[in-house]
Order: sequence, then C-alpha cells, then structure tokens
Amino acid sequence: MTNIRTIAGRQFRSYFNGPIAYIVVAVFLLVLGFLFWQTFFLQQRATAREMFNYFSLINYFALPAVTMGLLAEEKRTGTIELLITMPVTDAQVILGKFLGVLGLYLVMMLLTLPYVFSIGSLGELDWGPVFAGYFGLLLQGLALIGIGLACSSFTDNQLIAFFAALAISVFFFLIDKFLPLMPRGLQPMLEFISFDVHLNLLRRGVIAVRDTLFFLSVAGLAVLIAFRSLESRRWS
Amino acid sequence: MSNAMIEARDLSKSYGQVDALKDVSFEVSRGEVLGFLGPNGAGKTTTMKILTCFIAPSGGTASINGADVFDDPMGVRRSIGYLPESTPLYTEMLVLEYLEFVAKMRGYTGTDARKRIKKAVEQTSLGDVIAKEIRQLSKGFRQRVGLAQALVHEPPVLILDEPMSGLDPNQASEIRDLIKEIGRERTVILSTHDLGEVQVTCDRVLIISKGRLVADDTPEELRERSGKASYRVTVADDSKGDEKRIRDLLGKVKGVDRVRPRTADAKGELIFAVSPSGSEDLRRELFQAAVDGGFVLLGLEKKAEGLDAVFRDLTTREADEPKKRKKKKATADDKKAEARAKKKARDEAKKKAEEEEAEEEEELESQEEEAAADSDSDDSASNDSDAGSDDSDADDDSDSDDSDSDSDDSDDEDEEKK
Repeated sequence: MTNIRTIAGRQFRSYFNGPIAYIVVAVFLLVLGFLFWQTFFLQQRATAREMFNYFSLINYFALPAVTMGLLAEEKRTGTIELLITMPVTDAQVILGKFLGVLGLYLVMMLLTLPYVFSIGSLGELDWGPVFAGYFGLLLQGLALIGIGLACSSFTDNQLIAFFAALAISVFFFLIDKFLPLMPRGLQPMLEFISFDVHLNLLRRGVIAVRDTLFFLSVAGLAVLIAFRSLESRRWS
Repeated sequence: MSNAMIEARDLSKSYGQVDALKDVSFEVSRGEVLGFLGPNGAGKTTTMKILTCFIAPSGGTASINGADVFDDPMGVRRSIGYLPESTPLYTEMLVLEYLEFVAKMRGYTGTDARKRIKKAVEQTSLGDVIAKEIRQLSKGFRQRVGLAQALVHEPPVLILDEPMSGLDPNQASEIRDLIKEIGRERTVILSTHDLGEVQVTCDRVLIISKGRLVADDTPEELRERSGKASYRVTVADDSKGDEKRIRDLLGKVKGVDRVRPRTADAKGELIFAVSPSGSEDLRRELFQAAVDGGFVLLGLEKKAEGLDAVFRDLTTREADEPKKRKKKKATADDKKAEARAKKKARDEAKKKAEEEEAEEEEELESQEEEAAADSDSDDSASNDSDAGSDDSDADDDSDSDDSDSDSDDSDDEDEEKK
C-alpha cells in the first residue's frame, strides 16, 4: 500500500514538476469556460447540466493526453526498469500510476467548483443533479484513465498511446450516435456500451447501480489489461 | 555454495527463435567484483535483467543472496541495487527528491531515510548538486545519482550495466574509483565492453559471446591463458632496402611465428612486432639474430598479450565452433579442450595471415617509402593497403599491456593515413 501511494505521489507531482499539468489544466478550464458560459445566459436557467456535458466531452481528449506518458514514457527512457526492480509488484506499479493520474483528474474536477458556485449565486441551483453529475464525471474519468493506461502500456511511444486511447475513447463516445445505422440485433448491446447513454442518466440526477458498475467494469478491465501487458515483458 | 551471493544455473533466454542466452552458469561469492564482458548483443544486459527479476529466464534459474528469482522476486530485489544501462532517471525531479522517492520505495521513512540518503550522497559526492534538477546534471553526475540510488538501501549485491559508457576519461576514472570502493564490502557485477575497465576494477571476468559463456577467470589468468607474449623489436635503419632483409632474418629465428612491421616512432628506426609460436622467451634468439645479421638492435621489449586480444579471440572464434564450453576453471578435460580450441584458432589465424601476406607485402613497401625517402622497387598500387586486416588477427596485437580497445583503432588509423 505504501508503495502504491509512493508511486502515485511521484506520478502526481511529476505532472506539476513539468509544464504538462499546467498546460492541460489551463487549456481545459479555458475551453470548458468558453463553451459553458457562452450559452449559459441564453438558457436563463441556473443549471450546471451543460457544464457536465462539456466536461465529459473534453475528457475524451484530455484524459488520453494526460495518460499517454504513464508507462510509454517510462519505457522509452528506461526508468520503468528501475521502478520495477525495486521491491514492488507489477500490480502496485499499475495501481500507483492509475491513482497518480486520478489525482490530477480530481484537481481538474475541483477547479470547476467555482463555476458551480457561480451558478449557485446566480439562481436557485438544484444540488442533487450537481452531485450526480460529479459522480458521473468521476466514473467516466476512471474508465478513460484505465483505457489510457492500458494503451500506454503497449508502446514506448507517447503519440501512439495517445491516438490509440483517443480512438477507443471516441468510439465509446460516438457509438450511440450511430445506433440507427447499426443492425437491429446489435443495438441494445451497443447502446449499453455507450458512455453517453450512461452519463445522460447520471446527469439527470439518477445514480443507478447499472451505470456505476458499467464504468467500474470498463476501468477494471482496462487496468487488468495494462497489468497483463506490463507483466508480459517478463516472458516475451 | 553457501557463500555464493549470486548463483546462476543454466540460464537461457530466447526471444522467439533467437537465443539471447544459452545455458549460462556462474557463481559470484561475497565481496567479489565481477566483470561481465562481451560484445554488444552478447547477452550481458539480458543476464542482468534476469538477475534483477525484470524479465524471467526461459530456462534455468538464478538466486541472489539465497532468494530465487522465481520463488522470491521481492527478496531478490531487496538484496540488489541496480543501475540499468544508460542510467534512466526521472529527470524532472531534484536529486534529493529523487533519492527520497527511492528511499521511500525501499521502505525507509523519517530519520532513517534521511540518514541513508545522506550516506549515499556522501559516498557518491553528490553534495553540491543535491538541490538541482537531474536533467541539468552532466553525464558523470547522473551516473553518480544512479549509483546513489542503488546504494540507499545498502544492498549486499550491486548490479551495474555499463556504468562507464558515455563518460569522458576523467568521469570514467572517478566512477571506476567509486565502484572499486563500493566493491570492497559488496558483491558487484558490472558489465562492460571496455577491457581496461575490467583489468582495473574486477577480481574476476566472465566473457560472454552470442549468449554463451566462453570464459570465467581472473583478468591475469585470462591473459596468461592465451600463454603468449609478443616482442617489439626496434632496429636502426642504416641503409635503404634493409627492412625486407631484417624482416626475413627475424622471421627465420626459431620459434618465431610471424613478423610484422610497425609504424616507426622516429626516422632511422624500424620497428617490428614479432609473435612467437610458443611460449618460450625469444629475446636471446632475437638478439643473436641481430648480431649474426649485422643490424643494430635499438630496442627489444617483451609484452604480454593484451586482454583485448584474448577477448577478441574468445568472442570471434568461439562463435564459429559449435563446441559447448560449460564452466570455467572446471575440469582438466575442459582445459585441454580449450587448449585445443585455442590451437585450432591459432592455426586458422595463421592460414588467414598467409592469405594476407600478399597484401602485407604491399603495406610493407608503402611503409618503406616513408622510412627511407626513396626506395628502388616501389609498387604504386600499395597505397590502398587493407587497413582492416589488422583487426581480424588477434595473435598479432603487440600493443601495450593495459591497452584498451582503442589501441587497435589507432593502429588502423595510422595505416590508413599512409
């Protein structure tokens, strides 16, 4: 447990030691602020729903960017070798990495709180959906971070990791948009794996076990793949 | 067996069809500094990665400090400090920050961690750069950080992969001293392809070639094992056209295998490298030959064959022979087999040398041209003599004792210039 925390801590700090975190967070807040406030006053309603929409949309691009280096960069520079030959298990390395990014993601979520409070000061805000919205963002984040981590574990090239993660993320985002074009038999299944379908429910303020489990499963599966992929170096 | 810190038994590793490592066995005892020598791609790094449990062997096993790489990888990792090739570090971190991270990963906190970090920093003289980012450091200092990182938990075993590569001579010698000091209380394995380094730092040398262990001995013994010396004969160059005559005379001395001209240091001198066919001292005979032949001997030096010649011999020849050489100083049988292999190798070299003879003749003449300002019989085609011919012939190396691999290059350059 200490090891996981140490690795996560180092990963988290490494974002803020370099420019990456600042760039990502700044761009994220700029884009989110722009998209959100642009239309906010037209709605004439004190709701944060649109913000969660945009936030989750940006996630499909931002999270592949912050996860791309997790293992790929360590593999490229060789630091992975030093890390792994310390008395840690591969699972601890993977979990530490995962939690390190999660920390950054939580910072991103925290930084949107001023938006929410601003909305609250402008009108009567229903806090139920806000809570559910953040919960949904957290779940989506877990899944996307997992996907990014898995992609990063297969290559030592950050760019490849980024585009692979982006492709997979966008697939999960777009899948329900193409539902009418899909064979009827497949539609329920495809609808089920669509991120947006699950997120929409959460944004409405409905926290269902089904949606929660869906995202947790995706995250768990992705982390497992990353773990296996890291472990496979021993036998290749 | 009880005092073997590192024990490798029949280690094999194959990547697909390629055998990176084949039945490598060795032991390293407590307090020993072992040099792991071999050309690039011979399997040094693979072996080290197996010993550190980064990868698993496809056959055989190894144990460190009693912990098996399969059964107790955590135990193995606790016992080792590892410095991988090219010193990968988190370059965005401060030196101190990094060492704190390492100490924490090793399970040390608070004052204990601070004490250990302080000690490692002192050992590696990192005090001045402790508050700097690693990326700002020179290669030499990074190497020290790498070593400090490996020392924080005071491991009984240190595994260093090419710790001196990419350093300038000053840095290399500093690191070398450091390793020597560290090696006083610890078991150290270091891999390298620099032979000078091995001679200075290591108690024992393993030579590995194409995934197989081809030698396991002390540097001195290895050199002796080749059993050969060579002689550097300097002769006054009184009259023109002498070189050929003297060369023939030297060549006729009993026990001389071959004579090769060398670049003269000064005008009026001719230098020959004489390689004996046996191990008996030829200095008397060479002197006598000078007296009989009526030429003036300015210098006569006997030199033990450099380790690099042994190295080249083992790593280039061995590969052609399917012969399996299991373990080191093992049985007398093995020794004999080795001697036989050596002889075979030597014969091959001789044959090759004869083939090269023609080319050399030309080489000789081009040198003559320089030594004696005008030569009667010159062959203009000689100018593009084959500089590479020197390389293929391990027997011939008469360069200084502690010659590192460079010596040959410089030779080649000399010849190329002509």
